[in-house]
Amino acid sequence: MVGLVEQLQTLQVVAAGVFAQVEHGALGTHGGHEAALNAGVNAAALGAVTGELPKWTLLIPFLPLLGCVLCGVCAILKVRNKLPAVITVACIAGAFAATVGAYMHTMHDGHAQTAVVKAWDWIRFVWGTEYKSPREFIANFSFYVDSLTCLWMLFVTGLATLIALYASEYMAGDVKTAGYARFYVAFCLFVFSMACLVMGDNLLLLYLGWEGVGLCSYLLIGYFYKKPSAVAAAKKAFIMNRIGDLGLSMGLMLTYVHFGTVEYAKLFPLIQTYLDLAQHGKIDEIPFIVQAIPVLFTIGAFGKSAQIPLYVWLPDAMEGPTPVSALIHAATMVTAGVYLVARFFPLYLCSEWALPIVAWGGALTALLAATIGMAQFDIKRIMAYSTVSQLGFMFAGIGVLGAVGGAAHVFTHAFFKAMLFLSCGAVMHGFAGQLDLRKLSGVAKIKGWKIVSLAMFVGCINLAGVPFITAGFWSKDMIIGDAFADHGMVAIGWILLGTAGLTAYYTFRVFFRVFMGPVQYEAGDEVHGDADHANHANHANHANHGHSDAHGAQEHGSAAHAAFHPHAPGLAINAVLLILAVAAFAVIPLVHDFSGGGGHSFWASSMVHGSTAGVEPPHAEHYKPFGMDAHRFAMIGSIIVGLVGIVVAFFLHYVGRTSSATSKADSIKLGAIQTAAQHKWYVDEAYHAIFVLPLRVLAHVFHAFDKMVVDGLVNLFGMVPRGLGHTARRTQTGVLHDYALRMAGGLAVVVLAIWFLHSGGWSGWGGPGLVEVGSVGGVRP
Amino acid sequence: MNVLLDGLTLAQGGFPEPMASATLYHYLMTSGMLFVIGLIGFVTRRNLIIMFLCTELMFQAAGIALIAFSRFHLNHTGESFVVFVLTIAAAEAALALALVVLLFRRKESLDAAEWAEMRG
Repeated sequence: MVGLVEQLQTLQVVAAGVFAQVEHGALGTHGGHEAALNAGVNAAALGAVTGELPKWTLLIPFLPLLGCVLCGVCAILKVRNKLPAVITVACIAGAFAATVGAYMHTMHDGHAQTAVVKAWDWIRFVWGTEYKSPREFIANFSFYVDSLTCLWMLFVTGLATLIALYASEYMAGDVKTAGYARFYVAFCLFVFSMACLVMGDNLLLLYLGWEGVGLCSYLLIGYFYKKPSAVAAAKKAFIMNRIGDLGLSMGLMLTYVHFGTVEYAKLFPLIQTYLDLAQHGKIDEIPFIVQAIPVLFTIGAFGKSAQIPLYVWLPDAMEGPTPVSALIHAATMVTAGVYLVARFFPLYLCSEWALPIVAWGGALTALLAATIGMAQFDIKRIMAYSTVSQLGFMFAGIGVLGAVGGAAHVFTHAFFKAMLFLSCGAVMHGFAGQLDLRKLSGVAKIKGWKIVSLAMFVGCINLAGVPFITAGFWSKDMIIGDAFADHGMVAIGWILLGTAGLTAYYTFRVFFRVFMGPVQYEAGDEVHGDADHANHANHANHANHGHSDAHGAQEHGSAAHAAFHPHAPGLAINAVLLILAVAAFAVIPLVHDFSGGGGHSFWASSMVHGSTAGVEPPHAEHYKPFGMDAHRFAMIGSIIVGLVGIVVAFFLHYVGRTSSATSKADSIKLGAIQTAAQHKWYVDEAYHAIFVLPLRVLAHVFHAFDKMVVDGLVNLFGMVPRGLGHTARRTQTGVLHDYALRMAGGLAVVVLAIWFLHSGGWSGWGGPGLVEVGSVGGVRP
Repeated sequence: MNVLLDGLTLAQGGFPEPMASATLYHYLMTSGMLFVIGLIGFVTRRNLIIMFLCTELMFQAAGIALIAFSRFHLNHTGESFVVFVLTIAAAEAALALALVVLLFRRKESLDAAEWAEMRG
């Protein structure tokens, strides 16, 4: 223990030393803002280490890693029971407990402290001499824990525990296959990678985690690897993320090039000096390279968090098992981009373009994805577009300088969106893979589906933003209010407000069609894209109900589905959904200050303000729409649009609906707009035409070049001797006389040549050769 | 003509009268004609034994040329060489005839054109 304390103290000393170095030299070389630098010396440097944490904090990342290894061992030993699920739930629950402990340490005395816990030296290069340009590159395997980290890790590990539990039942059909252990290996590895991403104390470890979650996402989307669409979706997700990762890696490199370090504890104090410039309105004096870094980070964040133009992979990622969709593609991994922006919020403030890009990218994505979501029929896809849309809200929130709103929405969204996905997953699981909302109706009235319906309802009211009683309302409201308050971003406020109305409509469209109305359903033809699992599900149904009904259905000669009975979710799924439903309400006081006045003294705010994201943005004029306080206006506006959206959905999809397949909405013909929205505005097709096709054509050209020129050249070297040989082999007739003739001919040629030469060449031609022969004889002594 | 052949007169006199005027030229002509006869025979005939005999003719033509030059240069190397060649030729003749017999047994024919298995 003593050694640890010493180690931490050493770290602090090192950090302090770096600050001194920074103030005296390192930055002076980059632009000579000496005056600004002197102004920037703060008492408590931004992002500096101010406390310490016990070593067991390391359990947060390493317990899931242990789980990954153990599940891997299970896979190797061909364990065919639920052991991997037990291991995973235990390990991640342990990580959650450690997170809670770390959180309590971090917020010990009301002030959020920042600590670095080191696991081991990872990368350490030192070159140059002490006197002549000393350079170093240090990236330790150590974890930077401040309140923002805690905020993220609390819901990551908490939700991961619950979803691992849910998956133990959801994936039960695969227990007898190798897939079950494989699923949990990737699941644990994901939690480990996410912990590295969120907790890493340097950009390189963040990058490791960033790539790690991308890998796990790829592995889990492609879980049903025998299904071509799943493989294509996995590939698409991976490639789209590569484009974003290029931006992130370039930003990382530029960070090192400019700041000389990638460690947060050293980096943020350096950013502080630029931040002071920005806060004094001297943003023009900040070097271009510093302003470019957050823009590059944004490319990475937009890739990982599925924003325009890199959002198209996320809806396709729904090919993965639903627990994966809930955890990775709704609640946690896709918020990594938001985390990156929040973590480097001070750096974003130093750039003229980065935050507007984030804000507009987010707002446009929110609107676009919501319009697509309105026209889809696959409930999981609707939820996927809703996730894209809500992520857009988060980015817009941070982009309009509302880091608190953005982070709070990440937090609340994680709960209710996970719940929505898990409810959809339960429906999909129970109805043999049916996801089409035209083929499902009245699920709430079927026996055994009460809890799922309740959870779905809670999720829907959160997503739709039913006023006052939902956490989703408060966090979304904060974002819209911040947008209206920012003078230059009022347009974004209107976009988000409109999107909130669309969100309410498409959310309750799903709810009214699938869960309400007449009981009518059709089974899907598969379960989770896996034929084996479908058989399992059907067997289970027959075992439960099938003794009389199955025969009846066959006698009637109707479709095989007529004998289908949905199998209601079991204990694990129901328990997880109940916990999440309670949690969705429990987080309300964490994201809103009920003491009145719309203040910022609530938990999520203190978590953000205690971290690097808590820096004060430059003061801007407050905009007052219609003479009202922006937040009040936003609240009134979002109440109105939210309720209108729900009421429209109620009248179009509930009132007077007699079958699952049709509703009053069908009578509304919007022509081309509707078709285009159903086809996702043809964005995939456009990307295909603009990027994929030219590349394919180019590939064909290169292929042809390769085939003709390169291969041709190689073949030519073979062809020449081959052709020569082909000609020469004709002389080999095998007939003795031919050889003899040719030998004689050769001899004749030789003799004639000698004779010709001895007769004096052309000039002596025609003369009697014997004269010459005689002269030969004359040589004789 | 005599002037021409003077230089070709075999170095040693002492041959009996009818041969006294025989020069290297005569011997070489004999050798050459023998060789050409053998060559033509070899190329035109298809009977293996005849062809073999033709090779023997060419062989002896070479031997005559060697002896003639040996005599011309007053050097015994060529003559002793021919003694060895004759010995070997005898052995080779035995071997070749044995081969011909074997070939005949294979195809019941002495036609050389029957054997074209080395065709490329």
